Amino acid sequence: MLNPVMKSGPVEPNMYRYDEFDVKFVSERVEQFAGQVARRLSGALTEDQFKPLRLMNGLYLQLHAYMLRIAVPYGTLSSKQLRKLAHIARTYDKNFGHFTTRQNLQLNWIKLVDVPAILRELADVEMHCIQTSGNCIRNVTADQFAGATDEEIEDPRPLAEIIRQWSSLHPEFVFLARKFKIAVGAAPHDRAALQFHDMAVEIVRNAQGRVGYKVMAGGGMGRIPYIAHVMSEFVEREDILVYLEAVLRVYNQDSRRDNIHKQRIKILINAIGPEEMRRRVDREFQELKAMGTLQLPQDELDRITAYFAPPKFESGLSDTIPEAGADFANWVKTNISKHKAPGYAIATITLKTPGQVPGDATSEQMDVIADLMDAFSVGEVRVTHEQNLVLPHVRKKDLPVIFAKLKELDFAAPNAGLITDIIACPGLDYCDLANARSIPIAQNIARKFENLDRQHQIGELKIKISGCINACGHHHAGHIGILGVDKKGVEFYQLQLGGSSAEDASIGEIMGPGFTEHEIAGAVERVVNVYIAERKSGERFLDTYRRIGMEKFKAAAYETVAA
Amino acid sequence: MAQHLSGLQMLTSNRLKSGDVLYRKGAGWVLTLAEGEVYATQAAADAALAAANAELVRNEFVSPYLFEVREKDGGIVPVKEREIIRAAGPTVHPHTGKQAGQYQ
Repeated sequence: MLNPVMKSGPVEPNMYRYDEFDVKFVSERVEQFAGQVARRLSGALTEDQFKPLRLMNGLYLQLHAYMLRIAVPYGTLSSKQLRKLAHIARTYDKNFGHFTTRQNLQLNWIKLVDVPAILRELADVEMHCIQTSGNCIRNVTADQFAGATDEEIEDPRPLAEIIRQWSSLHPEFVFLARKFKIAVGAAPHDRAALQFHDMAVEIVRNAQGRVGYKVMAGGGMGRIPYIAHVMSEFVEREDILVYLEAVLRVYNQDSRRDNIHKQRIKILINAIGPEEMRRRVDREFQELKAMGTLQLPQDELDRITAYFAPPKFESGLSDTIPEAGADFANWVKTNISKHKAPGYAIATITLKTPGQVPGDATSEQMDVIADLMDAFSVGEVRVTHEQNLVLPHVRKKDLPVIFAKLKELDFAAPNAGLITDIIACPGLDYCDLANARSIPIAQNIARKFENLDRQHQIGELKIKISGCINACGHHHAGHIGILGVDKKGVEFYQLQLGGSSAEDASIGEIMGPGFTEHEIAGAVERVVNVYIAERKSGERFLDTYRRIGMEKFKAAAYETVAA
Repeated sequence: MAQHLSGLQMLTSNRLKSGDVLYRKGAGWVLTLAEGEVYATQAAADAALAAANAELVRNEFVSPYLFEVREKDGGIVPVKEREIIRAAGPTVHPHTGKQAGQYQ
């Protein structure tokens, strides 16, 4: 039994609130899908007819049961919403949920007959599952430090919210050739994997000091990974929706529809070339702009921005983090980031204590985190694409008590950005598409590197594991990437080195033949040992790999296997 | 799931209302692989799949498909890891899935 967190009640954070239109829209959509479920159960709809409808509402049929993917727009949740997710997991599922690499939450044991009730409960807290699957514009993601970090030009969430509204049931883009993922960032340090998105917007300042948007397109992982190309270095504020619409329109019109593996925008751009893509987008942009119907009025931008107003930060706080023992000091070293307000910090809660399932949280853990949000972080938490949670606005003086409570939850691992902070997709343990398990591999590697001194000695090292070529575990962008494959019904794991999803984006290089389930953690360890032996002062794993190349790592990785 | 299968086979699907994994037995379905029917010939397997496909109009189950099994230690186990996990539940959460005896 966890001790309760002292609190004064739910705190309403500054985030977007549904207006009358949103309430009506979501409510109508819930009842529409409830009707579709009823028609499926009665036989009025066949499975083939129903499947695209359920996918557009985030409902999959996975390996064991239905899975419901709940949208967390740009990763922002209120404590009220997190408590509702905990309640739904407790009432309709098996008491836990899984935070994903698109900043969403997945529930793995849902019954079809319960889905209408779940959607009504979600609507009560301004949440839904719309467009979390299917060939449409998916949940918009953003930097998890938005509105808190001093690195950003401005909070990217207002733009992310505007894009969410523009892309929700957009009549022209509801049935695209394939899914389409958009991310928004505003800081030089890219925490949102912008260059691996179908389209990404980075808030920038031009030479004249004016704020606008850099737009990239054509990035992606999956079977054929690509890094995005810049479509425009600077789009004026009022033109951003016109420009995004132009990119989508060119994609929708010109993308292939004859081969499921060649239907993403990355394939189109790399087939016609980025120059030709920019030409087509610009032509479309000029036509749309001349129509004058999609310009973003400043008062509308201001109205949305007002929802995300910074909380009232206390003044006069000490800017020093209190001392609270060695464990706490280690946690501060890795999990605390600089906040824009004096006396405040950003706290990353890694859901990655070695041995845990990356991204999983029980209903009880979610409830206690909601209490921590209310007591210490203005009622707000962020879900990260690295499957962690972030308390964005925490007073430094409160960090010791937060750490103590996280220890009770087993969520106090001091490992953010270290080798045990591993991204792993659900893999063959849950996913109908997977070829191999991801989670047990992540657990084995995390246990192998559990020693904290060793983790800190290794430093920043991002391992990302996918159970199939669809790359939900972002293996292409891992400093060490691992791809699970199926060889005659047996799981094997390929290593890739040198990927990055940050501002220095790169695609990992495949090392060679796969390792067995029992060999892969040892191979990773030998790769890491090469890094330790070869690194120069200040070099991360990625830097050393980029300097010396694959050869020594490969020789070490296969050394014991061949012996 | 059109595949080139051979040897012993079984037939699986999911219950429409709940999503529960089902295994074919006779003209009906059971909840555990151990209780399911094993088809020793391709003709028997194909006939079972055809019968199930014909029953899809009842809207009780979805997505029936055949998979390979083999004899092991006096019992029947799936050949592929995917079906082993589907029959038992996630290897990382032993309190969930069929391995936990949570049949509904």
